[in-house]
Order: sequence, then C-alpha cells, then structure tokens
Amino acid sequence: MSVTHDARVQIHKPAATAQRPAVRGWPDINNPAAWIVAVILLIMPLIANGFFLIEIFATTLILGTIALSLMFLAGYGGMVSLMQLTIAGFAAYMVAVFGVSGNANISLGWPWWLAVPMALTLATIFGTLGGALAVRTEGIYTIMITLAIGAAFYYFTNQNWAIFNGHTGINNVSTPHFWGVDWRWDIPFYYVVLAVAAICYFAVDYISRAPFGLALQGVRDNPRRMAALGFNVNAHRVAAYAVASFIAGLAGVLQVWNYRQISPGSVSVGACIDVLIIAVVGGITRPIGPYIGALVFVLLRTFALDFLVKIGLDGNRFRLLIGLGFLAIVFWSSDGVIGLWQRWRQSQRPRSDHPGGGRGHG
Amino acid sequence: MTRFVERHPAWALIVIIAIAVALWLIFAVWPPGLEEAIGRKRVFLNAVFNGITLGGLYFLVASGFTLIFGLMRNVNLAHGSLYLFGGYVGYAISASTGSWILSFIVAFILTALVGVLLQVLVFRRMEGQDLRQTMVTIGLSIVFADLMLWACGGDFYQIQTPNWLIGPIELPLITAVKSSGEPVYLRYPLVRLVIFLASVIIGIAMWLSLNRTRIGMIIRAGVDDRDILAATGVRIQIVFVLVFALGAGLAGIAGVVGGTFQSLSPGEDIRFLLASLVVVIVGGMGSIPGAALGALIIGLAEQLGSVYIPTYAIVETFLIMVLVLALRPQGLLARR
Repeated sequence: MSVTHDARVQIHKPAATAQRPAVRGWPDINNPAAWIVAVILLIMPLIANGFFLIEIFATTLILGTIALSLMFLAGYGGMVSLMQLTIAGFAAYMVAVFGVSGNANISLGWPWWLAVPMALTLATIFGTLGGALAVRTEGIYTIMITLAIGAAFYYFTNQNWAIFNGHTGINNVSTPHFWGVDWRWDIPFYYVVLAVAAICYFAVDYISRAPFGLALQGVRDNPRRMAALGFNVNAHRVAAYAVASFIAGLAGVLQVWNYRQISPGSVSVGACIDVLIIAVVGGITRPIGPYIGALVFVLLRTFALDFLVKIGLDGNRFRLLIGLGFLAIVFWSSDGVIGLWQRWRQSQRPRSDHPGGGRGHG
Repeated sequence: MTRFVERHPAWALIVIIAIAVALWLIFAVWPPGLEEAIGRKRVFLNAVFNGITLGGLYFLVASGFTLIFGLMRNVNLAHGSLYLFGGYVGYAISASTGSWILSFIVAFILTALVGVLLQVLVFRRMEGQDLRQTMVTIGLSIVFADLMLWACGGDFYQIQTPNWLIGPIELPLITAVKSSGEPVYLRYPLVRLVIFLASVIIGIAMWLSLNRTRIGMIIRAGVDDRDILAATGVRIQIVFVLVFALGAGLAGIAGVVGGTFQSLSPGEDIRFLLASLVVVIVGGMGSIPGAALGALIIGLAEQLGSVYIPTYAIVETFLIMVLVLALRPQGLLARR
C-alpha cells in the first residue's frame, strides 16, 4: 500500500478540532435547543409563506446539504474538496437527462423513481473517481485538483450540446407527482427537503461515531500511524469521497427540482467556492455548521441588496460583503460561527467542563 | 537527461519520436495527402505558434505562482486577481501616457507592492497554516474581483500595441508551395514573438538567478527546509517578502501581456488562476522548469485543440492534467 504522504504539507488543524472528544453519544436528545429547532422546522409552513419557505428555508437546507458533504470530507477526512457542488450539479443534470424535461431531444423521459437512483449512482461514481484522483495528493493540493475538476466540468457543460445542452442548459425539468400530490408544491416540497436534510445530517452524525468515521478521523490526524496500524489509508479516503458524493448528489436532485432547470451557471467556479464559504463560515467541525453557514449565506444573498441600498451604498456590492465576511471569519475564528458561539458560551460559563455544551443551532 | 534515458528507455524513445514528428511537421513541406487529411499547413503552424506564445504568457503567470508556493507553501488563489490588477494598471498607464514599456514597469511595481502588503499584513500572521492561508486567498480573490468590477466595470479593455510592433513578419518556414513552384512563407504577428522572447528571457534570468546567485541559493535552501535556513541566521522574512513581491510582479507583467494579446474583463482572473493551477500541477509544484514545460504543453494543447477538436479544447487541457496526476502525481519535473 502506498502512502503518498509528504510531511511538509501537513494541514494545521484548528485547535477546536484537536480537542474534540473522539466518541460522543447521541448528542441532540438531551439538548433542549435542538428540540426547539426541530419543532420550529417542522411547523415552519404555518409560520412562513411561500417565498420564505422555498427561497429561504428550502434553499438553505439544499445548500447546507451540499456544504455538509464538504464538511464531512474536510472536518472528518481533512480533505477540502471544491468539487462537491460539481457533483451535486452532475446529479442534477443526470435527473434532467434521464427524466422528463422541456428539451425532449435530450431527455430520455424515464419516470422519476428510475431517473433519481440512476442520477445518484452516476453522481456517486463520478465523485468517487474524482476523489480517487484527488487522494493521490494531500492537503492543499487537494483543493487545487478538485477546483480544476470543477472548472473542467463547468467548461465541459458549456461546450457539450449533445448531453448537457451547452450554455442554455436544460429547462422545464418535471418534478415528481404521485399519490395525488404534486411534490413541487411549496409545502410538500419543503417537507421533502427537510426530510432529506435531516437524514443526511443524522447520517453524517452517525458515521462520525461509527468505526468507519473514527478510522477516517484517525487518517485525518495521522495517516502514517493509521497505515502502520493496518488501515488502508487511501481506501478510507476514497470511501469518504463516495459517501460525500452521495450526499451531494441527493442535494443536487433537490436543487434541480427546486429550480426546475439546470445550466452551467449553477456549476460555475464561483458557485463551487460559495460552497466552501458556506461550510467555513458555518464551521467545518460539526454537521450543523454548514446549515448555519447556508442560512447566513442565503439571507445575505437575498437581503444584502435591499440592505445596502437602504443604508445608502451600492446594492451591487453584495459579493464584497460576502468576501469580507468570509475573510473576517477565517481571520478571527478557525471554526466559523459555531466557534464564535462556543467561545461566547465558554466566556459565560468559565468553569464549564462540558465541551459539547455549545451546540449552536440555526 | 542521460539518467532519464537510462532509466526509462521506452519513454525516452517515445519522447524522441514525438519531437522528431513535431519537427518534421513544422519544417517539411506537407505532402498533399496529409493536407487532405488534417487541413492546411498554415493553419497548423499558426496554431503551433499561438500555442507556444500562449505558453509564454502562461509561464509568466504560473512562474510567480509556483515560486511563491515553492518557498512559502502558500497556494495563492488570489494570483489571478493580481494578474487582472496588473492588466488594468497597464491599461490605465498605456491609455494615459501612450507608452507600452512604461505600463510594464508601473504594473510590475504596483502589483509587487500589493504582494508585499499581502505578505506583511496577511500571510505573516498565519505562517505555517497552509489551509487557512489558502482560504484567506480565496476570500481576498472575491474581494479583489468585486473591487475591480466596481472600479473598472464589466467592459472589455485591450491595451494598445505600440506602433513599432504592429504588423506581421515573415518567418523562414514554408507553409505551402504555389503551383509556380514559389514557396509561401509563414507570416506571424511580431508582437507575439517579441513577448514570447521576453518571457523566455525572463525565464532564463529567473533560472540563472535561482541557480547561480547567492539570493537564489538562499531561496532554494528555503524551498528545501526553511526552518533550518532561518536557524542559520538568514533573515527569512525578508526573503519571503522579496519572493512574494517578485511573484506578484510577474503576475502583473503577465496581466499587461494578456491585455495586449487578448483582452481584460472580469472573469479573466479566474481563467488565468485555473490556467496557472493546471500548468503547475502538470509541471510540478514549486519548479520553475516545470512551470515552463507545463505552460508549453498546456498552451499548445489549448491552441491545437481549438483548431482540431474545437468543442472540447478546454476540457482537453484538464484531461492532460488528469493523465499526469494518474501517472506522476507530483508533476512532470518535480523532485520528490
């Protein structure tokens, strides 16, 4: 077994990562805040109208799930992959290609229950192959290679007309409709998204405590030692890519149902980097982080323009705001919003010996 | 070279045959059968020259990138922004003074200053934290891109080529033979050749100063082990600032070149960042000759690809990257 490990490119973990206990119980059951958030999310359709329900909360959950797949790789595997959005976009394209869409010459017209598993399988294979390529290198090289893969996919979709329909993309993708319910109606769709996000969240939470997740964290912290203990380091990494690709693929399917269309703009390099920003702003040590980051990102994206205009600035400077916010987070908190929250909690309770006490929820 | 031949005779043979075929394609008069199969020789020669000169531009961008990475282990993902910034500065100078040469000098100095500021204010605070530095450069590239969009708008700018470089020159390469037996020579824009020569000179100068001077010795020692180098009493922070300034300045020069060759617009920063990423991944991170080889391969692949397989020209360069990663993950010319 080859260990392509170079001691010079060790990633320096944020301090919070190193201190985190390796084994935890089910953490959310005894946390009242988690129950409150869960109840609020469940009764959300009573509180929020269609715009907030879909444009803010469903979009947040979808983006958060894509960022969750990055968080899984980066937080537990130490591999920062910028191609998670590309995998989600690939799954979305595959749903459009195999399913029913307005571009009849491209779409094969399969029913959704055939097209979706096909899309998920292909997206997982795609992500696993990309991961197998990326694990040949380490640390910061991974960022570059996954970024290059994402860019290659973007240009490919732009130039390929036979499958991806070039820069116009595929429009009018049909959404599932069964049991008398159109699942793209706001309220059913919100619950579908919520269910998928919850499953992904708890799956990642579970895997992080399962033997595979523990071995993966061991590989992250000291690959040589894990190799010496008899673990196949690269196999664990590739398997982590496979899991993350599946999660990203699920989110991609939801995304194409949400917008009913997919085009190269959705998989552009900027969008790939947005996913990294979401994960880092939220915090990449806990599965809840990406969802918090996604909420912040979506709120900023939706309301920054009005806000900037209201205080007398140019509304088009939304990306400047995002970039500066991202810089501030990277500068002052190695663990994103969660890290800030945790630090605040610890300053409130200086003698606390309960390290899991600061589970922030969005 | 001889060691490579001894160790990999089969690969050496393939490389030699490929070079021989390429030379024959460039210098020989093509038989009519070949012209029928793959098109006119003039098209091919133009693509080759465009590829080589584009490779020169890629080398200018990527050499700064690889130099900074080699010494500081800092993947500067804001390198594309420095490129675009240099281009805009060059445009402003050449539009206001009319001097093309002056725009290079000012672009170099200003982008080098930005590089110095970045190193002193940002990267020095998080030394040794590779991942965090990379994240910061991502944030910086977003901020820079938006600031430049704010300042310069979304228009396309092209830097005026100076009068003494306008127009094609005739090269002693026969593209075809007329029915009267008179040879037709290749005509090629002079400015691209001059810029290519300049990038070759810059490359050789960099190689010489890295391998033959004292400061180059210090930099190479820093690439190998910067902790020991600092322990021997070298003031490594000054070396870092210098190298960062040089790398950023090269990106600025490349911006002026790119603004003359092609055009400047928002989005070019990402394009050239990706190009330099692919170039250094193919050539080998931290290696100047690697950057030169990678730039040549990628430039040629892009231009030949856009002539012969136009739909997938950009994808093809990424395929080359994938192939290199699969066969030689550290890059073609990197030491391991």
